[in-house]
Amino acid sequence: MVEKRLMYGNHALVEGIIYAGCRFFAGYPITPQNEVPEYMSIRMNEEGGVFLQTESEIAAINMLFGAGAAGVRATTSSSSPGISLMQEGISYIAGADIPVLIINVVRGGPGLGNIAPAQSDYYQATRGGGHGDYFTITLAPNSVQELFEFPRLAFELAEKYRNPALILADGLLGQMMEPVEFTFEPIDPKTLPEKNYALTGCKGRERRVVRSYDLRSGKLEELNWKRYKKYQEIIKNEQRYEVINDNDADLMIVAYGTCARVAAATMKMARDKGLKVGLLRPITLWPFPKDKLAELGARINNFLVVEMNCGQMIDDVRAATRFRPQIHFHGRPGGGVPNPPEVLKKIEEILGGAQ
Amino acid sequence: MKLIFGRPAGLTEVNQRYCPGCGHGIVHRLIAELLVELDIRERAVGIAPVGCAVFADEYFNCDMIQPPHGRGPAVATGIKRARPDCILFSYQGDGDLAAIGTAETVHAAARNENITVIFINNAIYGMTGGQLAPTTLPGMRSTTSVQGRDTGKQGYPIKVCELLAGLDGPYYLERCALDTPKNIIRTKKVLKTAFQNQINNKGFSLVEILSMCPTGWGMTPVQSKKWISEVMSKYYPLGEFRNRAKEEK
Amino acid sequence: MPEVKILEDVCKGCGLCCDGICPVNILILSPNRINSSGYHPATVTDMEKCTGCGYCYITCPEPAIEVYK
Repeated sequence: MVEKRLMYGNHALVEGIIYAGCRFFAGYPITPQNEVPEYMSIRMNEEGGVFLQTESEIAAINMLFGAGAAGVRATTSSSSPGISLMQEGISYIAGADIPVLIINVVRGGPGLGNIAPAQSDYYQATRGGGHGDYFTITLAPNSVQELFEFPRLAFELAEKYRNPALILADGLLGQMMEPVEFTFEPIDPKTLPEKNYALTGCKGRERRVVRSYDLRSGKLEELNWKRYKKYQEIIKNEQRYEVINDNDADLMIVAYGTCARVAAATMKMARDKGLKVGLLRPITLWPFPKDKLAELGARINNFLVVEMNCGQMIDDVRAATRFRPQIHFHGRPGGGVPNPPEVLKKIEEILGGAQ
Repeated sequence: MKLIFGRPAGLTEVNQRYCPGCGHGIVHRLIAELLVELDIRERAVGIAPVGCAVFADEYFNCDMIQPPHGRGPAVATGIKRARPDCILFSYQGDGDLAAIGTAETVHAAARNENITVIFINNAIYGMTGGQLAPTTLPGMRSTTSVQGRDTGKQGYPIKVCELLAGLDGPYYLERCALDTPKNIIRTKKVLKTAFQNQINNKGFSLVEILSMCPTGWGMTPVQSKKWISEVMSKYYPLGEFRNRAKEEK
Repeated sequence: MPEVKILEDVCKGCGLCCDGICPVNILILSPNRINSSGYHPATVTDMEKCTGCGYCYITCPEPAIEVYK
C-alpha cells in the first residue's frame, strides 16, 4: 500500500530531496521558496544531515561544489536573482564534471522583478547559464507529485552523466497542495555507491584533483569535446515529455510546469467545443524533447507555445519541428499567469482563421 | 650520509613555476612538511586559489580542488561538512581572500568553521601583473596605482587578522612573515597549531603570512625580504590576534 | 661532516640563501655557471665549513637544496 499524503509543493520537494538520499543542503533565503530551507532545516536535523544557511547564494553554490566533489548528494534551492548569482559556481561545477542538484523556483524578472511565478529563466536554464560550453540537465515538474519524485531522478541523471542538474519550478507549484504518493522507499545515503572522483583523502590510492581549468595547450579543447560527446549522449537518451491527444490534433499546445496545467485545462475546454487540441509537455527542458516534436511537426500544422515569459521556448519548438508548422505564442511575462479562457481564445483565433 | 633536509613527501615531484624568490614555494614546503609530520597527508584536501598559487593543485601531494576566485572557505566548508574526517586547508592570496572572497572569509570565521585558512599577503595581485591589492600599502606602487596608493581615491588596506579579531567566531588568528629563517620557523609552528586545532575539532584557524613578490614589487628577492622586515611588517604587525586555546586555560 | 647539495636545475638563482643567511657564509650565486633554465644557481664555496644548520634549506622556495649529515 503506497502511502499518500496531502502536501504543499515546497514540502513535497524537501521530502523528495531527503527520499533521494541527499543529506546536504546549503541555501540563502529568497521568496518564493523560503518554505524549502525552513522545512529542510527541520528535516535535515531529524535525519542527521547538513543544513547550512549561507551568507549568499555564491557561498551556497560553492559549498555544493565542495560537497559534490566530496562525493555526496548535495542540493541548493533559490529563486531567479539568487540563481543568477550562482552562475559562476555552476559553470565551475559543470567544468569539473561534478553532479549536484540546483532548484530554481522561478520568479518574475529581470532584476529584482517581483515574487510572482514566472518561467523567464528558460534561456538561462537551457543554455548553460554561465560562461563556457556547458549545459545543465533541466527538469520541469508540473505537480506536487513530480516535485517529490524529480529530485531522485535529477540525482540519478546528474550522477550517471557527472553533470549538474536543475529543477525549474515556480512559486505556484510550491504553494499548491496536492496528494502525494510516496512511490519509492527512502534511499539510505550509505547504500549509494562510492564515487571514483570523490575527494576523501588519498589513503590507499592516488591523489585526486577536482578542477575546471587546464592551461596545457590543446587540453581544454579536448576536454570540451569530450564533454560535448557526453551532452550528445544525454540528448540522445534522456529526452522526457508527456504527450496527450496528438493523434487527431489540429493544434498542439507546447507548455511545461504551471503552464502545462493551464494548457491541459484549456485542451479539455477546447475538446468540449469540438476543437482538436493536443498537448506536448516537455519534462526535460534540456535536453529538449526535439525528436518527438520533429515527429509531431511533420503531421500537425499548428503549434501554440504557452509560457510565463515573452516566448523563450519558441525557437526550440520552431527548430525541433523543422520550421514546417505555424508556431503561435501566448505568453504572460513579469509574473503574469495565463488562464484557460484566454488561451482558448487564442486557439479559437488560430483554428478559426485556419478553417 | 643521511638526508636531514630535503623535499618533503607532501610535495609532488613537479617543479614549481613561481618566479625566483617568491614566497609561495616556502609556504608550500612548510605545509607539505606538516602534512607528513602530523600524518594528515592521506586525510587532507587542499584548496588552490585563483592567482599565482592556482597551480598548487599540482604541487601538493594530496587530494586537491580548485574553486572559483575567493570561494575557498565556502568550498572547504562543503567538503568538511560532507566529510568531517578530512583535513581541509584553503590556500589563498590577498586578492582571493580579502577582496573578491571577503564575505566567504568573514562568514567561515564567524561560523568558526573547522578548517585551516592559509593567507598569503604579498600586497599585490601577482598573477595578473602587479595591480593594486586590498592589502597594498598606502603609497605603495602597483600597475593600477603607478604614483603609489592614494588613500584619498583608493582607500586603505584591509588588515585581515585585525578585522577577523573583531568577531567572536574564529579560534586562532596569527600573522607571521617569511623575511628571516627565524620567522620562517615561527611560521611553521603557527601553521602546525592551525592544523592541530582542526584535528582537535577546535574550529577556524587563519594564518596570515607576509610573503615576498619580487616581480610584482619590482625588487630583487633579497630587497623584497628586507622590505618585509623594514616596511611591511611595520604596517602589518606580526603576532597572535586570537588564540582561544589560551582563553580556555 | 655535513654536506649541502644544490639541485642546480631546480635552483632559480633568487639568492635568498646567499644573503647572510648562512652562518658560515659559504653560499654564493655561481658567477660562471648557468643552469638549464638560464639562472646562475647557488653554489657552495667551502663545504668543509658547513655546520648542517639547514637555514639555506629553510629559506629556499623551490626547494633546490638538500642537506646531508
